[in-house]
Amino acid sequence: MKKNKSFCAYPYYVWMITFIVIPLLLVLWYALFKSENDSIVFTTEYIKRFFEPIYIQVFLRSIVLAVISTAICLVIGYPLAYILAGKTFKHKNMLMFLVIVPMWMNFLLRTYAWLTILEKNGILNQILRFLNLPTQNILYTNYAVILGMVYNYLPFMVLPLYTVLSKMDINLINAAEDLGANKLTVFKKVVFPLSLPGVVSGITMTFMPAVTTFVISKLLGGGQTTLIGDLIENQFKVANDWNFGSALSLILMVIILLSMRVMTKYEQENEGGGLF
Amino acid sequence: MKNSIIRLENISKTYGDTKVLNELNLSIKKNEFLTLLGPSGCGKTTTLKIIGGFETPDEGNVYFEEQCINTLPPYKRKLNTVFQKYALFPNMNVFENIAFGLRIKKLPSLEIESCVKDVLNMVNLNGFEKRDISSLSGGQQQRVAIARAIVNKPDVLLLDEPLGALDLKLRKDMQIELKNIQKQLGITFIYVTHDQEEALTMSDTIVVMNNGLVQQIGSPVDIYNEPQNAFVADFIGESIIVDGIMHEDFVVEFIGHKFECLDKGFDKMEAVDVVIRPEDVKIVEKDAGKFNVVIDSVTFKGVHYEMVAHTDNVCDTKWLIHSTQKAVEGSTVGINLEPNDIHIMKKLSAEVGDSYEEK
Ligand SMILES: Nc1ncnc2c1ncn2[C@@H]1O[C@H](COP(=O)(O)OP(=O)(O)OP(=O)(O)O)[C@@H](O)[C@H]1O
Ligand SMILES: [Mg+2]
Repeated sequence: MKKNKSFCAYPYYVWMITFIVIPLLLVLWYALFKSENDSIVFTTEYIKRFFEPIYIQVFLRSIVLAVISTAICLVIGYPLAYILAGKTFKHKNMLMFLVIVPMWMNFLLRTYAWLTILEKNGILNQILRFLNLPTQNILYTNYAVILGMVYNYLPFMVLPLYTVLSKMDINLINAAEDLGANKLTVFKKVVFPLSLPGVVSGITMTFMPAVTTFVISKLLGGGQTTLIGDLIENQFKVANDWNFGSALSLILMVIILLSMRVMTKYEQENEGGGLF
Repeated sequence: MKNSIIRLENISKTYGDTKVLNELNLSIKKNEFLTLLGPSGCGKTTTLKIIGGFETPDEGNVYFEEQCINTLPPYKRKLNTVFQKYALFPNMNVFENIAFGLRIKKLPSLEIESCVKDVLNMVNLNGFEKRDISSLSGGQQQRVAIARAIVNKPDVLLLDEPLGALDLKLRKDMQIELKNIQKQLGITFIYVTHDQEEALTMSDTIVVMNNGLVQQIGSPVDIYNEPQNAFVADFIGESIIVDGIMHEDFVVEFIGHKFECLDKGFDKMEAVDVVIRPEDVKIVEKDAGKFNVVIDSVTFKGVHYEMVAHTDNVCDTKWLIHSTQKAVEGSTVGINLEPNDIHIMKKLSAEVGDSYEEK
């Protein structure tokens, strides 16, 4: 039985080795070794370069933008998921459909669409002009980047939240009300604490892509706001500095892994199944 | 009706196509121990949910101290519930679960601590304060659920099969404990069970339900001795139910013999159900009784022997006999019945009868 099972796992091993382990090793290799006078030497030069103020700034900007977008996603996503999970809500299917439908469209296409909306003579400004309101130049600012992130990653926040909230035992809510808790107290003491695993996976699933994105900042930030993702992309495609690019990726990965560790630990203390 | 603390008036509730409660009328007096008894799915939990405010009746009114509370939300009702599925908060430990209601009432924390300690003692769970809910056994969880409700000392306590997960010994102990709590604190108990013995030993009043209809309301003794129909008779304790014909007042005919009985007021030659308790059947020598039966099997049940027998004449009916006297398997014995052992009941109405047949 056991042998059979491990045999079935071989294709996955092959997959993992080809597409995960080898690239990771390559990243490690480029980040920590360089070729000098035909010999290969170990170096921390590239890692150290990350700590130069200009790069630290880029990194911090990425974190700040990702944190802001994640927070906005949570603030918008939680009530939405809560409404969707409500048993009595009539237009539930319709709303759920609206949340999911953008995910069926190509990511690039969706982001490009925002370009035409936010442009100087785009749809937004046309409407504003029509209403005799001052036009806005949101495009190529941090606001546009945040908007793009929120728009693209909101479903990743809503879905895990929806899952925990819709699985919530109605008897627990009844019990809390039975013991004298009004709707607000029920939410504070029972519903919200029990939905924390969903909050944690929602945050992880929005924050991670948001902090590493380069498409959104490139299209909607117009190169004005360099994020760590853009920086990495540039090292490979423009500067042709694979070593530094790998070092940046490595550092980003370590930071994400560490923060995930913290999240998971927090989640375990609060029990319940989440993403990790 | 005057001193009722809770009164249900013509309550009906339908889920989809099934009428779960059908014009239920019920009045519960202060300090009463009232038990809803009935087979699974008869609407007991639904009745409690309507009293607790978690379900709204389609029709009818709920009164608390003669005030209609139909629209009052659950958290404003002066009652607490022990839920059938415990419904303990998994994100809190035992202490916090029990303290939940007290914290909402904003009691000082020292008082909360001593209250929680007291109830934990009552339910035999000393030292369990810090335990996680998920680490408790079913029976322990059930007792935490009881503690969480009684710690609030409500006017009315709704208990939905609160002892279902306990073993026989613990169940008996908890029955006594609950009864003591009810007397000491003067709480009105509305208790749900499908264990007829539990209902008989604990209650002041029993409400027997089937298919959302009240079959009989009465004291345990009344319900046991004077079941109003064959369903109640069969559900409360074991019984032999045979078809009979009422010849005139005090005379009934069944299995081909006429018997003297204590019932009157039936139509002449009305078809009736005759109910006899197995322990009332008296075994005598062959041909010395009213009729003879052949013993099919004998089982020792601890205090008595349980015997299954059949009559040897044309109307072949099964007889269940409880007796301390043992008969030999395969032998023929005589049976005697006193007039007060024979209970005559009106035939069930079609509605109730149908469900009874299904059983
Ligand atoms: N929310 C609901 N939706 C649909 N049907 C329901 C719902 N709640 C209860 N019912 C139905 O109503 C009937 C009565 O249910 P109820 O829970 O009151 O039974 P009960 O007497 O408590 O049974 P048990 O002894 O098994 O707990 C059942 O047939 C059940 O399937
Ligand atoms: Mg029930």
